[in-house]
Formats: sequence, C-alpha cells, structure tokens
Amino acid sequence: MNKLQIIVRGIVKENPTFVLLLGICPTLATTTSALNGMSMGLATMAVLILSNMTISAIARFIPDKVRIPSYIVVIATFVTLLQLLMQAYVPDIYATLGLFIPLIVVNCIILGRAEAFANKNGVVDSALDGVGIGLGFTLALTLLGAVRELLGGGSLFGWRIIPSDYNILAFVLAPGAFIVLAYLIVAFKKLTK
Amino acid sequence: MEQLVVSPSPHLHARANTASIMRDVLIALSPAVVVSLVFYGWSELLLLGVCVLSCLLTEALIEKYLMKAPVTIADGSAAVTAVLLALNLPAGCPWWVAVIGSVFAIGVVKMTFGGLGQNIFNPAIAARVFLLVSFPSQMTAWARPASIASAWSLSPVDAVSGATPLGVVSEGLRAGLPLDQIFAENGFSYAQMLLVNLGGSAGELSAVALLAGFVYLLARKVIKPTTTLSIWLTILGVSGIFYLYNPSAYTDPVFNLLTGGVLLGSIFMATDYVTSPMSRTGCIIFGFGIGLQTMLIRYFGAYPEGMSFAILLMNAFVPLINRYCHQPKYGRA
Repeated sequence: MNKLQIIVRGIVKENPTFVLLLGICPTLATTTSALNGMSMGLATMAVLILSNMTISAIARFIPDKVRIPSYIVVIATFVTLLQLLMQAYVPDIYATLGLFIPLIVVNCIILGRAEAFANKNGVVDSALDGVGIGLGFTLALTLLGAVRELLGGGSLFGWRIIPSDYNILAFVLAPGAFIVLAYLIVAFKKLTK
Repeated sequence: MEQLVVSPSPHLHARANTASIMRDVLIALSPAVVVSLVFYGWSELLLLGVCVLSCLLTEALIEKYLMKAPVTIADGSAAVTAVLLALNLPAGCPWWVAVIGSVFAIGVVKMTFGGLGQNIFNPAIAARVFLLVSFPSQMTAWARPASIASAWSLSPVDAVSGATPLGVVSEGLRAGLPLDQIFAENGFSYAQMLLVNLGGSAGELSAVALLAGFVYLLARKVIKPTTTLSIWLTILGVSGIFYLYNPSAYTDPVFNLLTGGVLLGSIFMATDYVTSPMSRTGCIIFGFGIGLQTMLIRYFGAYPEGMSFAILLMNAFVPLINRYCHQPKYGRA
C-alpha cells in the first residue's frame, strides 16, 4: 500500500465516523456547530498522529500483556499536553468542548488505530494513517456540525444564513445529532458504493 | 367437477383493507375536525390544507423518486397522519411550521423506516414532539379568534391569546396559589371542558366530538377499547391517589381526563395499529405506561402537558412488550 492510499483509506473506505462508527460519543455531543465539530476533529487528529507515531516506535519494547495500559499512558500524555495548550491559546474553544477534550484519552478511534495499525507498521506509515483517519474524522464532524448548525441555528461557521425565527431547534439538541448522523451515513454509503 | 382446495389457515377473510380502515378513522375524526373548523375558522382550514397537501406530496415524492416503488398515497394513511398532525397544532401556528412537521412526520418518521407498517413511532405524535421542541414559542401560542364570526370574517381577525387550562394550573401552582382559587378565578367547569374548551391544540377543543369518534371506531370494530381504557383508568387512578393525598396541590381525576391531549391521544394515536402492542396484555401495559408518564410529567415535569411525550416513549417499548406478551403456541404449556 503506498503512502497516498493510507491517507485516502482513512477518509473514504475506513472513515471512522461513517464506516467504522467509532468515537460516536464526541461525534454526537460536540457537533452543535461546524466550528465545534472541526475543533474536536482537529484536536483528535493531533493526538492520533502523535500517539500513532510514538506507539509504532516503542511497540517492540512493550510486553503483549500490558500493551493496552501502555497505549493509554502514551495517549493520556499527549491529551494532557493538548489540553494545556488549548487552555492557553484557544480558551474559547476549550471552554465549549469542555469535558470532551480529556475524554479523547478513551476515544476508541485512537486506541483502535494503535491496536490495528500503529503496532504493526513503521513510524512514517503510522503518522500517515493518523493523518488519514484524523482527516476523515474531522471532515465527518465538520459536516455533521455544519448541517446541524444550518438547520438548528440558521448559520454556518457563525455566518447567519436563515433568520432565527425559522430555526429548527431540535437539530441542535441530542435527537438532531442522531437523526442527522443517520442520514449522513446513508448518503456516504450511497456515494462511496 | 369441483376442485378440492387445500390451503393453510386462515380460511375466512375480513373485507377490511388499509384504505377502508383509514376511511373509518377519517370519519371518526370528522366531528373533531368540524368543531375545530367552526371555532378557529380560516386559520384552521389553512393548517388542515397545508398538512394534507404536504404529507401526501412528501409520501408521493419519496415513493416515486427515492424508493422507486408504487405510490400508495391513495390508501389514506398519509391523510390520517396529516389530519392528526393538524389537530395537534395550535390553531394560530404559522403554516410553514405545519409544512416542517408534515415533512418530518412522513419523511423522517414513516418513510425512513420503510413506509406504512414499518415505522416505530406514530408519525403525527413524533412530529408534534419534534415541533414542540423546535418551535417552543409558536407551538405554545394559543391564540384564538374572539368569536366564531371573527374566525370566518375575511378581514384580519381579532385574536385573543389564551393559555390552556393545564398551563394556567401549572403557572398558578408555581406561583403558590391553591387549586380551588385557580379554578374559581378562571371559571373552569366540567361542562365547558366536555363541550367546547377553547385554548389548546385544535383537536382538543371538544371532548364530546372526540368521544363520538371513539364510539364510531368501536362500533366499526376498527379499534379495540383496551389501550384507550387502560390509559384512562391509569390517569384516573394516579391522579385520584394524588388528589386524595392533597386536593389543593394536585388536580382532580376528571380534570386530568378532560384537559389537554388525553382524549385525542388515547383514542386516535395510542391505538395506531403499527405502533401499539398486538396482544391484550400488551395493550394494558402500554396504556398503563402512557397514563403513568402523562401524570408524572403533568405533576412534576417542566411541561404542563405530557401526553405526546408519553405516547412517544411507550412507542419505543412496543417491540419489547410484544416480545414478552405474545400468544403462547397452541399445544404448548
């Protein structure tokens, strides 16, 4: 598999949200707007790339029986770094995403890629896998957030498009997340078939 | 020579089909529709028309272009959903809210699951809840014409804004007033609730009209009374217990039966074939759940009325109820 294929696969054939259905909790909870969805996606992508690289580099030294706790330690380290950086430089987004930043530690996409890809492949390939899967996740969350923001809030990335009287509030609430995600999965399956 | 036909049972077929059943439901709804048209006039006619048109159109377009299947709008099931949805909206609500509700009812709740017979939730009730959550101000603006004449006059009408009895009671209780004072100040009477109860969704206007529809459905054997009676008895029982415990803080059983969406929901929406249990035991459990949740939401919830939420929640339990209340196989213990 060449380098480009690794990236494209993460976006299309193994899209974490639309195909693998991993990390659904942050997907549903943080996508109230396009910006929130994109921030969550990018934060996850940053952790994913770094943890994939680290785990593929040290996988040979980790005994098989304790590999999951070891991966969690690696992931938690990067999440803590990211959390402190976000708190310092983008406090607004940090406040909106709140609890979901520390919860990246237990995001099953990251642990899943460590287990399924990073511990069997080289550092460069693992980094590219992180880029691909991370981009797939970011695109999915941005799309989900954009649809919900447009229907429920009448705007897109904060730009008002529909007057606020006509906003369908339910799409910003939890049921809207489930409904929009379901239709996006259908559309994605139809387009990539 | 006559042939001997050997076939598995059932050998006797009822004449009823989807279209005839839906026609009966529409006939049963007609008293409530007529009453709401008389009192709300043009605005109600507009809502009814918009709902029917957009429900039928949504179903036809989805069947024709997305499912590429035969169009079945003539069976009347979409029309029943449309009329029920129109009766579930406040008469003064904007027409585009009705369009969004219709598209949601047919497009999302019904056709996504595969059309008639496949949906988990009752389309009209799911659409009502969706609209109530999405447009809280439009869906609780209980404006009504000042008189029947002004409802049908061609010039812009005078509208009176009025709260529902349930809304008035829940506001009053929150303000710390005793119940008998709230009742006396607002002139609530059972006779008024039974005949014409202005304020509330269009279909909640007259208990008598809804009960007439119930009698017709029973006489035509379209529905069995189990679910409806189970809901009523649970509401009477639960509110009876609370009323006896403290009559100045909890509304009485008859008030709870006659106000809000209890009659409309229990007669026409909880009895929907597709989204209610199959066995009698199942229907009793289903009705009990609806009645209990309605009363809990009314007494302790943030909303003054809980009938639509209760039906929607219990719809989700129907597969489970069916699983545990199925008929035992013949010949087995």
